[in-house]
Amino acid sequence: MAVLVLTGCGGDSPSTLDPAGYGARRVEGLWWVLFWISVVIFVEVMVILGWALVFRRRVGTRVRTNDPIRFVALTGAGLPIIILVAVYGLGLRDLAALGDHPDESAVTIDVIGHKWWWEVRYAGTDGVTANEIHIPVDETVRVRLRTDDVLHSFWVPELMPKMDLITGRTNETWLHAERTGSYRGQCAEYCGLQHAHMSLQVVAQPRAEFDAWLTRLAAPAPTPRTEAQRRGQVAFVQGTCAACHTVRGTAANGVVGPDLSDVGARWSLGAGALPNDRGHLGGWIANPQTGKPGNAMPPQPVPAAELPNLIAYLESLK
Amino acid sequence: MMSAGTPREPTAAGGVATVPGASVFAVETPAGRSTGWWGMVLLVATEATLFAVLLGSYFYLRFQAGPHWPPVGIEPPELVRPFIMTALLLPSSLPVIWAERGIRRGEQWRLRTGLATTILLGLSFLAMQATEYADNLELFTFTTDVYGSLFYTITGFHGAHVTIGLLMLGWLLVAAFRGSFDARRHERVRIVALYWHFVDLVWVAILFTVYLSPWL
Amino acid sequence: MSAVAERPAAAGSEVVDRLATHWGEAPTVRGWFATVDHKRIGRRYLVTAGVFFGLAGVSAMAMRTQLAGPEAGLLSPQEYNQLFSMHGTAMIFLFATPMLFGFGNFLVPLMIGARDMAFPRLNAFGYWVFLFAGVFMWASLPAGAAPNGGWFAYVPLTDEVNSPGLHLDVYTLGLLFLGISTTAGAINFIVTALKLRAPGMSLNRVPIFVWAIVATSFMVLFALPALNLDNALLFLDRRFGTHFFDPDAGGNVLLWQHLFWIFGHPDVYIIVMPALGIVSAVLPAFCRRGLVAYPLVVLGIVSIAIISFGVWAHHMFATGLPQLSLTFFSAASSIITIPSGLQLFAWLTTMLLGRLVISPPFLFVIGFIITFVIGGFTGAMFALTAFDQQITDSYFVVAHFHYVLFGGAVFPILAATYFWLPKITGRMFSQRLARWAFWLVFIGMNVTFFPMHLAGLLGMPRRVYTYPGGLGWDPWNLLATVGAYVLAAGLLLVVVSIVHALRRGRAAPDDPWGGDGLEWATSSPPEPYNFAVLPEVHSRYPGWDPRTSDSVGIGATEDRILADGRRTIRTSELDGRYEQPVEMPAETVRPLVVALGLLFVFGGLLFAWYWVAAVGAVVAGVTVAGWLWPSDRSPEPAQVTA
Ligand code: HEA
Ligand code: HEA
Ligand code: HEC
Ligand code: CUA
Ligand SMILES: [Cu+2]
Repeated sequence: MAVLVLTGCGGDSPSTLDPAGYGARRVEGLWWVLFWISVVIFVEVMVILGWALVFRRRVGTRVRTNDPIRFVALTGAGLPIIILVAVYGLGLRDLAALGDHPDESAVTIDVIGHKWWWEVRYAGTDGVTANEIHIPVDETVRVRLRTDDVLHSFWVPELMPKMDLITGRTNETWLHAERTGSYRGQCAEYCGLQHAHMSLQVVAQPRAEFDAWLTRLAAPAPTPRTEAQRRGQVAFVQGTCAACHTVRGTAANGVVGPDLSDVGARWSLGAGALPNDRGHLGGWIANPQTGKPGNAMPPQPVPAAELPNLIAYLESLK
Repeated sequence: MMSAGTPREPTAAGGVATVPGASVFAVETPAGRSTGWWGMVLLVATEATLFAVLLGSYFYLRFQAGPHWPPVGIEPPELVRPFIMTALLLPSSLPVIWAERGIRRGEQWRLRTGLATTILLGLSFLAMQATEYADNLELFTFTTDVYGSLFYTITGFHGAHVTIGLLMLGWLLVAAFRGSFDARRHERVRIVALYWHFVDLVWVAILFTVYLSPWL
Repeated sequence: MSAVAERPAAAGSEVVDRLATHWGEAPTVRGWFATVDHKRIGRRYLVTAGVFFGLAGVSAMAMRTQLAGPEAGLLSPQEYNQLFSMHGTAMIFLFATPMLFGFGNFLVPLMIGARDMAFPRLNAFGYWVFLFAGVFMWASLPAGAAPNGGWFAYVPLTDEVNSPGLHLDVYTLGLLFLGISTTAGAINFIVTALKLRAPGMSLNRVPIFVWAIVATSFMVLFALPALNLDNALLFLDRRFGTHFFDPDAGGNVLLWQHLFWIFGHPDVYIIVMPALGIVSAVLPAFCRRGLVAYPLVVLGIVSIAIISFGVWAHHMFATGLPQLSLTFFSAASSIITIPSGLQLFAWLTTMLLGRLVISPPFLFVIGFIITFVIGGFTGAMFALTAFDQQITDSYFVVAHFHYVLFGGAVFPILAATYFWLPKITGRMFSQRLARWAFWLVFIGMNVTFFPMHLAGLLGMPRRVYTYPGGLGWDPWNLLATVGAYVLAAGLLLVVVSIVHALRRGRAAPDDPWGGDGLEWATSSPPEPYNFAVLPEVHSRYPGWDPRTSDSVGIGATEDRILADGRRTIRTSELDGRYEQPVEMPAETVRPLVVALGLLFVFGGLLFAWYWVAAVGAVVAGVTVAGWLWPSDRSPEPAQVTA
């Protein structure tokens, strides 16, 4: 049953068994080996148990107390040792493969954990975004992990096993997507109230598309084109927002919240808490605490008249 | 309810006393260790583990903390005073041993003198530690950095053990003066002595970790 | 019917009367608070731990209800986080260990043929501390100040900056408080098993359950200090501004994890080991033969106890430790499966060579075998670092540890409950109710926890208060919730069947199952002095051994009756030879007073009323001094100087 269920599930699920990356594929292979070994031993145990239950149910006096120690030692220790040694070898091979980090020349991304969102920086460029990572497909990219506060863990099940973000140190991992697509990732180390809503998305795209995306990201944010956007920008830069958020190319350079220079293009608001559309954006700005209770952005006292402008401006940032 | 078929072979001849009485066992064995003694040994074992993980944490933090240890701004600990403290504490086990030997032979005066001597030595150790704290606190406190936290926690924790040991010895001394012990009754002396030896020996590990290792 | 239990002539009614006056406890209110009888204390442990299990289970039901569907709003994140933290903390610390200690308390003296634990007053003290610490922690939940950092409370999430308020102070202080009880219990078990075994019970005749309790106690003594230190350091950091876990001042956040798991991994075996001991104790009665491969089973127990100290970093495989240490901990974690395998095959072989009688306790043992093997396999999978890095902190891990904790500990606990219920209460239970309970629990347990494997493989992280729909997780979560309700119904039925037995059950015979242990050789429930004549042991199965029943018959010598006072026999550590009678203390409220003093210490620390703490400490200290004061009445026997 398990096999059917697990292989039959593809679709939207961030399944470890539907790998799209080299790291996850190694582990998937390992899993199936472990799974089948377990099934075989489990069946063995069940057969013994069933045999005893079916054929040894007779009433009578106590039986002769023979003591087949050697049989127990062989089945209970001998066989398992052989299996374990073999499996341990396989596991080491995969561990070595996962520990094989790319060199300096690879695309390098700094991922910084915050309660409860991901800051993403492209080393050597000005590109900064949040909760979304673009990578070139079929290339190994380097990911350096730091955290600004508590522990988090970087996990994109379809691409790569986890690596924790440890306060006071930098950990390194890598991503290698084998096919283009979007892959859901999520913080996997309990980090407080909104640990549940600390997800991210990895977008693997062809190298040319990736280069174009990165160039746009690294450039200053687009300037307003409509009147509403212009007013929105003023409200943003002169209002409370600028204290916490940066929009590159404007005077807003706060660092408490995510950089919003490309917020209009993001897959979600609040690290996966809400979809990124007009309605939710307005709701988020007015009261971020309804969709993601406890997050670090307080409700904003934006006058009702300004809200549509602000939304228009933020939507234009892409 | 299951009741039949109890697996018991019929008892031969209704159980007459063919079995040797337990007195047979009693004659051929010495009295052995008391339960209290074992209890203290186990308590000491778990306490020793506590000190071991504490000192282990010291080294873990030290080697993870970076190249400077103690951190810049704090001098490595001075050694003269700790050596004097060692000279007070380590020998303090001897009077206890002497006292215990004495009471085994029923010599009350040895028990009392021995205990009193040890208590004096222990108190002088604590007094030295107090002066050390007074001096050190002007340089760094336990909130200065992790080094300060470790220094005061480890030495303070040991000091607390010395204090508890002294309370136990004092308690013994009072009982000794009331004549509660004699050649046949002195198990408590033996047990408290065990604790004191432990407090004493742990100091050596602390001396090495807290005072000597920063110089290495 | 056990021959041993028939009132032996050696202990005539006059002797029994004297024993009863020395051991009987006054049925007064003071007597209730002052008791030092290991059976009463053991029963209290069982009931108290059962209540904490109920509370933690109800917390889990609330969590499961919240997780039944995506984006549910039944619980706020604050509530959910406190619930799951309390659920985990209470199940591990307030239910599993104390429950097994409760069985140990009730059974160890009976199984080794003694009249009480080595330190009866310490035993009472341990219970009161456990009770107060449990109440201390649970009381924080209605106050909205319950621990909320998960059961392993990783820093820096749990430091003062990230978790202001009392939540984590309740956690650190509560566990330190509880640790006193666990340590006291462990010392008591070891000394009892070393020194109070019936004459003739040499080490190779010690019941497996007692071996397991002793090994567990040793693990407690060497593992618990790491947790205590960890909590003390965190409390200092939070309250007094030290920097152990503060990287900005040279501290280190991974220190917490190392110390926690140096305790935490042995702790999971601390939980499962007595449970495995229960299985080894229950099987022979229903297989109608002795356990095979006794030496291997003992070897398995001892080697698990040792190896378990060398695997802790397998909980830290994703923290970025050096590859070399990963391979070491991976190997150690693989090796530790072998002693479990040995025990498993010893049980299976016993069944193959036995004549099975399938009654409720045995059903739960079968349920245990099936679920424990599944949980063990997933554990063996995690031992491979590469696989663990992918799957750690997902629901797959939640599935693993419920299979080993529920399968490995709760099933044996339920088996033990039914197996020893007649002995503990003197009443038989209804087999029909018990069988129904088994099937509901067994099915419910698997329907609850099996789907969690799938949710985890599909990428669902643990400790989320809600999750988005459409990621393939919804059906499995719904199924798990349904299973949890079935499971809860089954457990409720267990409670019903116990109450039913107490109210309506017929009187239990001394030995309803034909067990092989000494506990069946006395009345149900046992008299306060356990055995009128302390038995002699000549084999591994004293309950099946006519020589043992003879030893309490006519001709039993006075030195095994000891009716002139509260006395039991002290024997030598290794071969159980008679040393001398030892005096046992009478009932006293001092343990309760000391425990209350400690409650003031910890309460005072919690609310920063340090003078209250100081007063509590003085009260406790003075009481202990009086408690241990050499009494003039009972001369200590001579000590032979070596
Ligand atoms: C009773 C409790 C209990 C028991 C018995 C076990 C048993 C084992 N556990 Fe488990 N474990 C936990 C409780 C327990 N565990 C808990 C609570 C956690 C999570 C903590 C948290 O994060 O909250 C955890 C987590 C955990 C992890 C970390 C997972 C993670 O967070 O990433 C690992 C990794 O190695 C692990 C391994 C093992 C192993 C190898 C065993 C072995 O001892 C299992 C041995 C048994 C068998 C294997 C079955 C019988 C043997 C055979 C039939 C022989 C043949 C077998 C083979 C050839 C494999 N456990
Ligand atoms: C022995 C240990 C144990 C046991 C038995 C259980 C039992 C259960 N656990 Fe437990 N669980 C843990 C130990 C345990 N758990 C641990 C350590 C964690 C990790 C916590 C963390 O991450 O920090 C965890 C986490 C955990 C989670 C994950 C939370 C998360 O990551 O977000 C979930 C989710 O479903 C869960 C569910 C359940 C359920 C449904 C049961 C059911 O089996 C419960 C069934 C019990 C009842 C329903 C009670 C019924 C009792 C009665 C009817 C008797 C009442 C009588 C009186 C009151 C006298 N548990
Ligand atoms: C006190 C700091 C603070 C202020 C002031 C603030 N924000 Fe935020 N904002 C944050 C933080 C922190 C987050 C991240 C929350 C999370 O996901 O957990 C955030 C997230 C956002 C997001 C979602 C970004 C994403 O990619 O998910 C938007 C949009 C946003 N803020 C807009 C605004 C606007 C518009 C204003 C002013 C009207 C504003 N913020 C004021 C701190 C602030
Ligand atoms: Cu960040 Cu969980
Ligand atoms: Cu473990």
